[in-house]
Amino acid sequence: MFPDNRIVKQAFLRTIPVMMGYLVLGVAFGLLLQKAGYHWVWALGISLFVFAGSMQFVLVGLLSQDASLTTVAVTTLLVNSRHLFYGLSFIERFKAMGKRGLYMVFSLTDETYALLCAVGDVGSTEDRDRLSWWMALLDQSYWVTGSVVGAVLGSHITLDITGIDFAMTALFTVIFVEQWIAAKNRLPAIIGMVCAIVSLSFLGPDRFLLPALVATVAMLLAARNLVEVRR
Amino acid sequence: MSIAPSLLVVAVTALCTLATRATPFILFGNKRRKVPAAVLFLGEVLPPAVMAALVVYSLKHISFEAQGLWVNEIIGVAATALIHIWRRNTLLSIGIGTVVYMVLVQGAFL
Repeated sequence: MFPDNRIVKQAFLRTIPVMMGYLVLGVAFGLLLQKAGYHWVWALGISLFVFAGSMQFVLVGLLSQDASLTTVAVTTLLVNSRHLFYGLSFIERFKAMGKRGLYMVFSLTDETYALLCAVGDVGSTEDRDRLSWWMALLDQSYWVTGSVVGAVLGSHITLDITGIDFAMTALFTVIFVEQWIAAKNRLPAIIGMVCAIVSLSFLGPDRFLLPALVATVAMLLAARNLVEVRR
Repeated sequence: MSIAPSLLVVAVTALCTLATRATPFILFGNKRRKVPAAVLFLGEVLPPAVMAALVVYSLKHISFEAQGLWVNEIIGVAATALIHIWRRNTLLSIGIGTVVYMVLVQGAFL
């Protein structure tokens, strides 16, 4: 078993790209919430208990529109529906993590999911799980910090960091390339890419992801023999 | 803004978000029952497929109609991918890719 400080250091190094993205997007969220008339305590609470990047931006709109609770529930389920598929890869792993596993389920954002998919071989299973937990925890701490800083400092921030949130696109790109190189079978990656692009071009940016993921799952199941035989 | 209704909205958002994340575990996480083979299969093959979809998702706002709006993104992604294939160093690829993109969008060289 690796000592704690080594695990934490490793978790920090691996989450640096997420830190760049989350701090910036978190600040943007905090700013928006402050402009809508909310005290920074709200930014803290929302980032602690909701912890869903794109949904929190939508939430600011819902809060200022006095939306009905039904609208809030349906919107949240739709915006976050992609998360339905993330847990499928970690059922056994999170179950084995006990109480920490519950936090892993709660904190499974796009970015943490991506990092967990790329965790690779880390000594023992136990070390891998500790590393996973620290990465999830650090990711949320970046997001919470960014939100509060944005809400407190408001529009006093002048440093031009336009574009730094591209770190998250780059993170997805790198993990995609990693998986592409490592894969014995590239069909899943191709299916995912084709479904996403086709869905985007027909449905537009706001509604494409869920249909793309549903189509991906259907095609993967249909092509199961092909994918498994060639693996 | 009023506190109680806002709190309710936040609470509903938090619960519904958790519900989407917990669904696979509620459906298939039962300790006594074995996870169906089809679900195990999906769990194994979905990550590369989802990662491809997430790359597209994070680029979803690029528009091919407006001249030049998509060039920065494409160059940023290409730089990231190429550096990664070359060096296989995650932080290096993401760092350089992001800097390249920031320089492009901030127009430092234009």
